[in-house]
Amino acid sequence: MKLRTAFIVLSCVALAGCAATPGTWGWYVIDPRTPNGYNNIRFLINGMGATIVLSLVAAAMSMTIGMLVALPGMSANRWIRLPSRVYIEFVRAIPLLPMLFWVFYGLPVVLKSMGISVSIDAFWGAVITLAISDSAFTAEIYRSGIQSINKGQTEAAKTVGLNYRQTMRYVILPQAIKRILPPLANQFIYIVKMSAFASVIGMQELTRRANELVVTEYRPLEIYSLLILEYLVLVLIISFFVRWLERKMGSDESKV
Amino acid sequence: MPHGNAIEISGLNKWYDDYHALKDIELNVKHGERIVVCGPSGSGKSTLIRCVNSLESHDSGSITVDGILMKDEASINSIRAEVGMVFQQFNLFPHLTILQNLTLGPMKARGMSRKDAEKRAMSLLERVRIPDQAHKKPSGLSGGQQQRVAIARSLCMEPKIMLFDEPTSALDPEMISEVLDVIVDLAEDGMTMIVVTHEMGFARRAADRMIFMDHGEIIETGTPEQFFEAPKTERCKQFLAQILQH
Ligand SMILES: Nc1ncnc2c1ncn2[C@@H]1O[C@H](COP(=O)(O)OP(=O)(O)OP(=O)(O)O)[C@@H](O)[C@H]1O
Ligand SMILES: [Mg+2]
Repeated sequence: MKLRTAFIVLSCVALAGCAATPGTWGWYVIDPRTPNGYNNIRFLINGMGATIVLSLVAAAMSMTIGMLVALPGMSANRWIRLPSRVYIEFVRAIPLLPMLFWVFYGLPVVLKSMGISVSIDAFWGAVITLAISDSAFTAEIYRSGIQSINKGQTEAAKTVGLNYRQTMRYVILPQAIKRILPPLANQFIYIVKMSAFASVIGMQELTRRANELVVTEYRPLEIYSLLILEYLVLVLIISFFVRWLERKMGSDESKV
Repeated sequence: MPHGNAIEISGLNKWYDDYHALKDIELNVKHGERIVVCGPSGSGKSTLIRCVNSLESHDSGSITVDGILMKDEASINSIRAEVGMVFQQFNLFPHLTILQNLTLGPMKARGMSRKDAEKRAMSLLERVRIPDQAHKKPSGLSGGQQQRVAIARSLCMEPKIMLFDEPTSALDPEMISEVLDVIVDLAEDGMTMIVVTHEMGFARRAADRMIFMDHGEIIETGTPEQFFEAPKTERCKQFLAQILQH
């Protein structure tokens, strides 16, 4: 399905390129056969590393925070559950861009007033924002995965003397992981796409580089087309991985 | 043998929201005593035995198991260490092999070495007559075999008391006796047990005492002879007539 989408988008771009009158498209700007085009395309594609590292670090943090939020969120005690619910509702309600500004420009001020003097650079500003914003969703993925495991499993674990941690580690999580991993990997696509917002605080990733080049070359159509293509390739690779994971988990399930 | 009773329940009440599921339950179980609990669906049989190992909390009254009064988390853990439980739906761990199902508790909760735990597990699998299935996953076994594994898994923790909640209700008829035989074996070895079941043949064979529950109350209690030959209450008579028809 995803491959077909990619094909359609590419065909449209190609068609538009051919059909328009000469002068509409100026692919020279990223034509690797000319020295200038070669430099430009290298400049653009080199943002890939930053986008990937940013997304990976944010995803790892989001998975950790998500677990810390999800576990108390399933407590039988409503007062333990409450902070976790509040966190999820609150974080889900904040648009990414305002949160990014707050973390990048506001958080250092808050920290300084508390006597902690750290500067948050663009990379960490973006990582923190993406991680927090995504963690509300990962927490819900963990919760639904864990709650999909029959209550009898927890009870049986209690009767053979396991405590909460042991029950999670040896009984619940090994079973829930099959329900958790595929949606978690899917959530990674969201992070990759949202990482584009890091451009507005000056992080040198794909989108930022495209913007900078547009300013000097005045060729937004070509440059942004390439930009979209770059994300498309990234997301397609991840989707391919998600499909593979879903198939693998699915077939494991039938074996159990 | 320690003095006192294995289980002492007094003034026990339990509500689910505004539903009164257990009403002023009084029950003492002696060491080595075998009790069969029966009664109509929804009468509170499961709730009662699940209170004994604190899978359900109670609202008032006291529960003392082997001299330990149930109050805080520490006492609950000590009580659970004495009490094994077998569920209607087996509740085996599907991702682990049979052997791992048995050794998980001894190794992780008791810190036993793998070697010792496996040795104990294998001897228990012999006892429930399925040593050759040790390395299969639960889904590869029949219902009767799975329930025998569940019994062995409980025994692996060396409990003093066993609770059974309708252990044969989810089984095909031809598998019921293989599971009941194992439970009778245990009973003959002197294990203290409370068994919720409608298998009246088993009750005659193994029970020291019958308990009949209805609407969250213990209505009648007595030896199997008294209970089957001369039930005292009308409700109990009706119930017996109903299940003995089948
Ligand atoms: N978690 C729960 N929440 C609310 N009500 C419950 C809950 N568990 C049990 N009940 C109610 O408490 C009553 C007693 O339930 P219990 O499971 O102890 O009955 P039982 O005698 O074991 O019945 P059965 O023969 O069907 O297993 C029932 O009316 C049931 O609907
Ligand atoms: Mg029941």
